[in-house]
Amino acid sequence: MKVLVPVKRVIDYNVKIRVKSDQTGVETANVKMSMNPFDEISVEEAIRLKEAGAADEIIVVSMGVQQCQGTIRTALAMGADRGIHVKSDEDLEPLAVAKLLKALVDKEEPQLVLLGKQAIDDDSNQTGQMLAALLGWSQGTFASGLELTDGVAKVTREVDSGLEIIEVDLPTIVTVDLRLNEPRYASLPNIMKAKKKPIDEMTPADLGIDTAPRLQTLKVEEPPVRQAGVMVDSVAALVDKLKNEARII
Amino acid sequence: MAVLVIAEHDNTALQASTLNTVTAAVELSGHGAGDIVMLVAGSGCAAAAEAAAKVAGISKVLVADDEAQAHALAENLAALVVGLAGDYSHILAPASTFGKNFLPRVAALLDVQQVSEISAVVDGETFIRPIFAGNAMATVKSADATKVITVRTTTFDPAPAEGGSGTVETVDAGSDGGQSRFLETSEPSRDRPELTTARVIISGGRGMGSGDNFKLIEPIADKLGAAMGASRAAVDAGFVPNDWQVGQTGKVVAPELYIAIGISGAIQHLAGMKDSKVIVAINKDEEAPIFQIADYGLVADLFQALPELDAELAKVLS
Repeated sequence: MKVLVPVKRVIDYNVKIRVKSDQTGVETANVKMSMNPFDEISVEEAIRLKEAGAADEIIVVSMGVQQCQGTIRTALAMGADRGIHVKSDEDLEPLAVAKLLKALVDKEEPQLVLLGKQAIDDDSNQTGQMLAALLGWSQGTFASGLELTDGVAKVTREVDSGLEIIEVDLPTIVTVDLRLNEPRYASLPNIMKAKKKPIDEMTPADLGIDTAPRLQTLKVEEPPVRQAGVMVDSVAALVDKLKNEARII
Repeated sequence: MAVLVIAEHDNTALQASTLNTVTAAVELSGHGAGDIVMLVAGSGCAAAAEAAAKVAGISKVLVADDEAQAHALAENLAALVVGLAGDYSHILAPASTFGKNFLPRVAALLDVQQVSEISAVVDGETFIRPIFAGNAMATVKSADATKVITVRTTTFDPAPAEGGSGTVETVDAGSDGGQSRFLETSEPSRDRPELTTARVIISGGRGMGSGDNFKLIEPIADKLGAAMGASRAAVDAGFVPNDWQVGQTGKVVAPELYIAIGISGAIQHLAGMKDSKVIVAINKDEEAPIFQIADYGLVADLFQALPELDAELAKVLS
């Protein structure tokens, strides 16, 4: 069984982002970039499926600027088999990414696509669900557990009220949540080996997909700053403030 | 044209998130989007539909009552909504795990780029939404014919649950596509309010030291009628279950009062609670970033402060 794993190159989660002074976006020059943390978890899950004998090939896809190949190499060093880079210098919206992925799924015919539940830059949480819809496939989103048996996947989902367990027919789309697994670090020998693994390059036009944006970003601003309040010196003073000043208890 | 709100409910009552979403719909209506119609899809959901008809601002309720819609499976629910979509300029759902699960499917099938988790309506096609875990706010304009939107519930007040007199109409619920099956839910048995709807939340962080020490918080939560939460650090350390987590990767909350105990205030946690009305922080590290956003801060050892807080509250609330 083939597994397709899309990975996104994003601003590293440890970076405190800065909004550009002209309000056109956030500063990305000289900012550390890395793989979207949720996507690392989907790469790890795919590798575990392969190690368990449930998958035999892992294909990693990234879309965007040339440097996305670095993100693909990271996944290859973790243990994925080969990469596909869909080159674009434009920002690609989730719908466009889902359409591009559909074209790749039609070509590669994986039984499972594993995606992060959302990217930590645009926080859209859409691509996996959209891909499932375009393919007419089932979906299991926000997975913290995944078991594959006989053409079905049992997915434990993290929902607002706790956990939900569903069963979906393969082929399927699974989007992963943080607690599914803990991604491994690539070893130095594997990083060296990854340099020899193939990465196919193509463009949205090669796949016949129109990626023109549907949303126009008018401006990006700093969020309103919350003012720090006062420090109190005792629990009694705190309770007094809550009762008599904030009138909240 | 009109606005379609997809209700989140448990078949007998509407979830609070639905009322927040209606408020966003009312704002769109004020920008010329027309009447507000609510879809209640479920199984044995007549009571929820009745509740929906009473919500202020709702002109009509569509009821899709069938086993196929019993568990809000994304495949079945999305197919139903797509079938109804032609009559609407805007389709809204709460940005809860319910809405996030199925609405992007609707958008893709309509060839629409969804606008996720809006925090404000500028006009009928322009919206503000948080990006980078709320560390920036983007104003975006949609060029799509139908706007498909999830609504960040914490930034819209709930619409009044009473006062409306919508008509109720039955619609075809569609059939079960059979691609996915609901097996079970494991809802934590807690005698406390849900995190996302609680008026007061008290959360513990890594500073709690162990899961056992969360017992120190319990009597305080009891007195305040509070939900109990935790930071990701406390969850990752195995102190408490993961559905307690408040933050960018957990639940986004905005209670009247949020009390952070032994929580340093990582960006990831702040993203989940900084819209709370009043924030209290108790931490022994006076440099903890949580104090920069707290309305009331107390530098103290939590193992002394918590019993004291319990005792003080007992005095004040008696």
